Amino acid sequence: MPLNLADAIPDTSSPEREFLWTLNFGPQHPATHTTLRLILTLDGEVVVHAIPDIGFLHSGFEKLGEHLDFNQYVTIVDRMNYISPVSNEISWHHAVEKLLDIDLTPRCKYIRTIFAELMRIHDHLVCCGAAALDLGAFTAFLYAFNLREKINDISEVASGQRFHPSYTRVGGLLCDVDDVWITKVRAFIKLFYAAYADLMKLLQRNRIFVDRTRGVGVLTKEEAINRSATGPIARASGVTRDLRKDQPYLAYKDFDFKVVCSTEGDCYARFLVRMEEMVQSIKIITQAIENIPSGPINIDVNSKFVVPNQMSVYRSIEGLIQHFELHMTNRQLETPKEEIYAATESPNGELGFYIVSDGSGVAYRARTRPPSFIHFSLFPHLIVGHQISDIPAVLGSINIIAAELDR
Amino acid sequence: MSFADIKEKLNAKFQNLNLEFSSFRDNDRVLVPSSDLFEILSYLKTTFCFDMLIDLSAADYLHLQGATHRYGVWYALLNVENGERLIVKSHLDDPDPRLSSVYDLWKGADWMEREVYDMYGIEFEGHPDLRRILLPDEFVAFPLRKDYPLRGMGERHNFQSVIRSES
Repeated sequence: MPLNLADAIPDTSSPEREFLWTLNFGPQHPATHTTLRLILTLDGEVVVHAIPDIGFLHSGFEKLGEHLDFNQYVTIVDRMNYISPVSNEISWHHAVEKLLDIDLTPRCKYIRTIFAELMRIHDHLVCCGAAALDLGAFTAFLYAFNLREKINDISEVASGQRFHPSYTRVGGLLCDVDDVWITKVRAFIKLFYAAYADLMKLLQRNRIFVDRTRGVGVLTKEEAINRSATGPIARASGVTRDLRKDQPYLAYKDFDFKVVCSTEGDCYARFLVRMEEMVQSIKIITQAIENIPSGPINIDVNSKFVVPNQMSVYRSIEGLIQHFELHMTNRQLETPKEEIYAATESPNGELGFYIVSDGSGVAYRARTRPPSFIHFSLFPHLIVGHQISDIPAVLGSINIIAAELDR
Repeated sequence: MSFADIKEKLNAKFQNLNLEFSSFRDNDRVLVPSSDLFEILSYLKTTFCFDMLIDLSAADYLHLQGATHRYGVWYALLNVENGERLIVKSHLDDPDPRLSSVYDLWKGADWMEREVYDMYGIEFEGHPDLRRILLPDEFVAFPLRKDYPLRGMGERHNFQSVIRSES
């Protein structure tokens, strides 16, 4: 029989459990960053039982996905994990393109790869910076955020939007990148190493930081697998899975990079894995930015999947017709009547989309496999036995993005 | 272990069940009857070492042309050792859509099953803590069902707000 929240809270009224007390943590609390609520049962300061209560930010993204077409929904997907927006867009259109069997142009693949890696750095910077901030290391946070701004600038140059670029389209991109963008990315690579060294210097051997993260929130390899952890969290526990290597999508098989793993599985290991992943990402960007192929960013217009550019809409009848076909709500894309699951390695873990298509240009069902949602279900098991003051450390290390958690 | 091997072994083990195998792009899928779902999943886990449940979710096929059942629930499995994937799917119908919980096989199913229950009203028997997860406990509808309108049924307007003096 379905229960409600009150039934789930352990009873502390009986005499033998009288020493326990219940604490409501959040939904508005500085350490939760966004709206997460925890109901903690405590023995003194030690957490005995934790119940996450989520859904404060639920805004029906998946329902909207059933009413917006494949290009429109990208603006919503953008807002799921808002600290790595382009990763979500790439993942969404990766699934759509797999459904339509589209092979992207080499230039588009490279630009998307660079963006995906920039977003990984963006995500990890915010995650590590905020995790340090919650543990009292304010300076590290500022260094991380300063570098993050540069990535927002790069998004702005490419798409005109800093935070939610909505940059990808079915079969290509919103627009091509220019020399300014390439100069900015090159400048960013130079800046990165200096800022990275600063961050590491501030945190890696910082006694307070290490004391508060090492041995805290340990996730064993078996638990990580059994509880569906992916991405840096699983890799910090010794699960050597990375979709970029397992099922190389975009241009990943052209580049030399390593999958970063650790065996400790604690908050400190997750921090180190994220830091090292940034170095691998910048390695990929360095290789990619110097080798961007020339050519079009969108696939051939004759494929009928891609919106033609303005020039051909106004100057040619074929372009005009196709623009009309794709934008009129009673026409749109023709898709196979099928179902597909496709995933990419987002900074947080495996971000997958399961699309059920009814043959029209709007998904019949657009299921998101949100890594934050699955990782937050680990939280009650990671925190049991630790103190209240360890909650920010564990929360920070599993990088919960409430917008993606609640969708 | 390739998809062909899985096919052969599953067919040999569950001869009387008439499992449907299909492939689309790189997805390998098997459609199984809902009554035998748990047995097949636990067989897949032990024999083929599908030790991670990547995704579990559902869809409502109410308005889909040619659909024979109301709901579909899919389980995306991953073999962590060699990266092999398989999607196991099962169909359910009104009035009482229920499945047995796979929480005992994969602990990761905990919140995913709760989300499916929350959104579609599909109950998972044997789940230790089956309650709504994203929506409030008082919510009565199942919003991702196709007969639920996009703009809701007025829950937002009729939501009881609690003011400080009343709390």
